[in-house]
Amino acid sequence: MVQYERTRLDASFAALSDTTRRGVLEQLGRADASITQLAEKFDMTLTGMKKHVGVLELAGLVTTEKVGRVRTCKLGPRRLDEETAWIERYRQLWASRFDELDKIVEELKQKEIVNGRKKRD
Amino acid sequence: MDARRETEPAPTKNRTTTERKSDRELVVKRTFNAPARIVFEAWTKPELFKRWWVPKSMGVSLHSCELDVRTGGKYRLVFGNDASTQMEFFGRYIEVTPHSRIVWTNDEGGEGGAVTTVTFEEKGGQTLLVIHDFYPSKKAADEGSGSLDGMPETLEQLDELLVSLNAGVGRT
Repeated sequence: MVQYERTRLDASFAALSDTTRRGVLEQLGRADASITQLAEKFDMTLTGMKKHVGVLELAGLVTTEKVGRVRTCKLGPRRLDEETAWIERYRQLWASRFDELDKIVEELKQKEIVNGRKKRD
Repeated sequence: MDARRETEPAPTKNRTTTERKSDRELVVKRTFNAPARIVFEAWTKPELFKRWWVPKSMGVSLHSCELDVRTGGKYRLVFGNDASTQMEFFGRYIEVTPHSRIVWTNDEGGEGGAVTTVTFEEKGGQTLLVIHDFYPSKKAADEGSGSLDGMPETLEQLDELLVSLNAGVGRT
C-alpha cells in the first residue's frame, strides 16, 4: 500500500516540477478555465497546453470536463489534500510515538519521587 | 496513593512539529514535561524504548529490540508479525553523551542511510527534544530510508504552491 501511495505521489510531484504546470494550478485555484483560456494566459499553443493539462490530470491534480466544444479544467482538490495528508501522517507517527513516551516519562517521574521519599525516610 | 494520582487530569499533550530544513535534512521537535535525564532514560533502555517506538496505530509489532547505547555500540530492531513481513533496522551509535545527545547511523538502506542526531535540551524542568535526520545526498533524502522516513524532493515546491493557492483564495 505504501508503494502504491508512493507511485501516486511521484506522479503528483513530477507534475509539480514544471513552472507552467504550477502556474496552471495557481490559476485554477482562482477560477476554472478552458484549455484555450489557459493557452492564451500562458502564451502557448493549444497542443502545448493540452499536454500540460494531461500531465496534471494523470496525477489527479486537475480534472477536466468537456461541455459542448469547450474543455473546462478545474482543480482536483482531493489530490492536494492527499499530499498534505501524507506529510501530516509523518508528523502523526512521531506524535503518537511521543504520546506513548509521555506515559513512560510520567511513570519514571513518579518513580523518582517515590525513590526520593524512600531515601529521606 | 496511586489511585489518587489516576484521578488527576492528564496533562495537555505537547505539539509535535516536522520540518524539512533543506534538501538533505529533516527535523522533528517536541517538548516533554520532564527533566532530560528521564527522557534520555526512556530513549536508551530497551525495555522502555520498545513500549513507545512502535505505536499501536502502526499495526506492526516490534519483536526484537537490541540497543547497546554507548559510543561505538550497535542497535538492531526487528519488526513484523511473521518471517514474510519481517523488517530489520540497524546501525551503530557514533556518539552518546548521557542526558544530552545521541547520534546513530541507519545502515539497513546501505550507503543512502541517514545519520540521526537526537538532542535533549533541558529548560525549567522541561526537555526540548530535537530529532535531526541528515541524509548523505538529496536523492537519498527523497527516497528515505524507511517506509515513512523520507520526504519527496519537491515538497518545498508543493509547500510554495499551497501557500500561493491559499493566498489566491484570500485575494478573491
